[in-house]
Amino acid sequence: MTNSAEEPPKLYAAQEPIFPRRVYGFFRSLKWSLMIVTLGIYYITPWIRWDRGPNLPDQAVLIDLSTRRFFFFWIEIWPQEFYFVAGLLIMAGLGLFLFTSALGRVWCGYACPQTVWTDLFVTVERWIEGDRNARVRLYKAKWDAHKIRLRLTKWFVWLLISVATGGAWVFYFADAPTLLQQLVHGSAPYIAYVFILSLTGTTFLFGGFAREQICIYMCPWPRIQAAMMDEDTITVAYRAWRGEPRGKHRKSADADKLGDCIDCNACVNVCPMGIDIRDGQQLACITCALCIDACDGMMAKVGKPRGLIDYMALTDEARERSGKPPKPVWKHILRLRTIIYTVLWAGVGAFLIAALFLRSNIDFNVSPVRNPVYVTLSDGSIRNTFNLRIHNKQGQAHRFMISVTPKGIFGTTVQGQKDGMVTVPADETGSHKLFVTAFRNSPAAKAGLTDIRIWVEDMETKDRVYKDTVFNGKGR
Amino acid sequence: MSKKDDKHPEVPTTGHSWDGIEELDNPLPRWWLWTFYACIAFAIYLFIWYPSWPISTKGAWAGLGHYSSRADVAKEIKKYNDANAAVDKRLASADLNAIEKDPELNSYAMNGGAAVFRTWCAQCHGAGANGAKGFPSLIDDDWLWGGTIQDIHQTVSHGIRYAADPDTRDSEMPAWGDQLSKAEIANVVQYVLSISGGQADKAAAKAGATVFADNCAACHGEDAKGGRDFGAPNLTDAIWLYGGDVKTITKTVTYGRKGVMPAWSGRLSESQIRQVATYIHQQGGGE
Ligand code: HEC
Ligand code: HEC
Repeated sequence: MTNSAEEPPKLYAAQEPIFPRRVYGFFRSLKWSLMIVTLGIYYITPWIRWDRGPNLPDQAVLIDLSTRRFFFFWIEIWPQEFYFVAGLLIMAGLGLFLFTSALGRVWCGYACPQTVWTDLFVTVERWIEGDRNARVRLYKAKWDAHKIRLRLTKWFVWLLISVATGGAWVFYFADAPTLLQQLVHGSAPYIAYVFILSLTGTTFLFGGFAREQICIYMCPWPRIQAAMMDEDTITVAYRAWRGEPRGKHRKSADADKLGDCIDCNACVNVCPMGIDIRDGQQLACITCALCIDACDGMMAKVGKPRGLIDYMALTDEARERSGKPPKPVWKHILRLRTIIYTVLWAGVGAFLIAALFLRSNIDFNVSPVRNPVYVTLSDGSIRNTFNLRIHNKQGQAHRFMISVTPKGIFGTTVQGQKDGMVTVPADETGSHKLFVTAFRNSPAAKAGLTDIRIWVEDMETKDRVYKDTVFNGKGR
Repeated sequence: MSKKDDKHPEVPTTGHSWDGIEELDNPLPRWWLWTFYACIAFAIYLFIWYPSWPISTKGAWAGLGHYSSRADVAKEIKKYNDANAAVDKRLASADLNAIEKDPELNSYAMNGGAAVFRTWCAQCHGAGANGAKGFPSLIDDDWLWGGTIQDIHQTVSHGIRYAADPDTRDSEMPAWGDQLSKAEIANVVQYVLSISGGQADKAAAKAGATVFADNCAACHGEDAKGGRDFGAPNLTDAIWLYGGDVKTITKTVTYGRKGVMPAWSGRLSESQIRQVATYIHQQGGGE
């Protein structure tokens, strides 16, 4: 310690209450629309019906954990096709990279559930307790009947929203109308209540109380994003060179020395994160752009051009300071980095779409039995066993013919099915044992490994698919 | 410590500096502290409610909640047993031949049988049921006592040469060391080799054929294709229980053999025995 008279630094700091003020403007309207769209998608999706025939669920989006199926409108994904989900997650990741490198933290500002729900909770708060000044007053007021009534009303409405939020989640995992009935009658599965309860709790806590603390202290994304932004990334910034020196006293003597910023604090008062954008880029800024709306409104009132706080890139600062024309937006966005992200994103997308359309309706796996690798039969022939799992993804039972090539050198039988024909019920997986026998002293029996191909033919559609594997002889 | 940073004069730095980069010494959010205390409280609850401290050599604090993961497992097992009671009953009383034709019984028996096999049979017969010297493979097409579902069911229920079970399958491969001369034994061994496709001395094998017809055919059959009434193996095929080389066959003939397979009725439920019999019957060798 350099100065012993100095007070030791505080170890802990209490959360600063934030009372964001109502604001009007382009970005606020955009955020309203996005809020309606995102919340709408979340709450309504499980209730959309989609007819898939008699044996399958009629819920458009359903994650059916008991049968391990994922239904998405006309698409049905089985567990072995999980790569679709992985691919979608990769696309989501790359999309996030792309947006961040082009437009900074737009995800945080507009679409992140934490932002959307906090916005909703703040809106409720404003309806019940009034705008910023009223809320500050209420905050400082004593706990009288009035305050208690307002607080309880607010918490009650928050709780309703939270229950609806936790409740909507479980509808993605079961038939929504049935589950709703069960929930009302108290006969739903135990785990449904656990999820509703814990998601209600987190929604209430995160949206009502933790708010900006989640972004600042809990979320890793703000830290990661810094690595994806560069000087060309368009983000929310303050034109310090135009605004400074800031000053309130427009009528004072040296008013002409002042910049455009009238230091009205409008940008600070509307900020849901409680920060001052004029301090520059900072971790706590989620780029919700409400400060732009607030400042634009103020500038209009005092008759100055809009855009003292605006979306812009770091490179713009140098150009504007030296009076050069600004770089067009497309030049900011079209950079090597964003192009690479776009190409990767589109590549994964194209792969997934191709895979989706090319996947066949029959799909089977072969797992050779390796304990023992082969069995000697009494006549000296050598037998290998293969476990086949045939997935019938169709709405009706189908018959499948199992065969092995090269033909003629092996005897094949399917356990329990003399003719090699098996029936797999609709939307099920059939497990079958295939025995492949090489006759005594035949080349395949004496050799080490012989390549073979196992075919499965759908007798109804005549589709044929194969899997390559090996036959183990005595030579090994 | 607490040197001031130009950009944030209100916040002290930790005083550490790496390549000119310094660390601001911001205070922690207070709710972190509360979270920390909450964790401590939770830990105390865990210690009191759940089994924790070792108290003596006899054991540990059982916890006020008397939680035990073993009891959980027992509960879970009971739950499944109760759920399976009906199908178990049906399986135990079904006609043996009907089990495999009934999809519900069959899939229940195949899954249950696999589990029974792994638990009770794999030690001797191998995890893949392919056997070992003295322990027959259960997946080939060669059976000592028979490979129909009834035969297998009988073998598993009552065992083989299992003295404690009066209904056990009984017989033995006698020791011929005292009865036959060394030369006779050598000849009959050559004969056994010759009929199973091995390299044999022709003259000795011819002499051995008589020894065989006189002494061995009663159990192994005139054609040496085995006798299932005695569990006597087929000596002409490619499969050996103990081994098909001169040394092993000589040892088998001289000293005899009597493999023992335990009886399982009483130890396993009738349903379990039928499960494992069904399972074995469908591993490729079933008759
Ligand atoms: C202690 C070792 C041991 C265990 C455990 C054991 N077996 Fe056996 N098993 C044998 C032996 C040894 C034989 C051969 C007896 C003989 O030489 O005839 C045999 C024979 C058999 C046979 C008759 C094979 C034939 O060719 O006719 C069947 C079937 C069988 N076992 C099933 C089972 C099942 C099912 C289990 C588990 C419930 C089991 N065994 C557990 C040792 C064992
Ligand atoms: C009383 C009936 C009986 C007679 C007689 C008999 N065997 Fe056996 N033999 C058996 C039985 C039973 C086994 C199987 C033993 C076991 O499972 O442990 C056996 C096993 C064998 C085996 C072992 C086969 C293998 O797969 O490893 C050989 C070899 C054999 N006998 C040869 C002979 C010869 C040679 C003779 C005549 C000298 C003979 N047996 C007489 C009952 C008999």
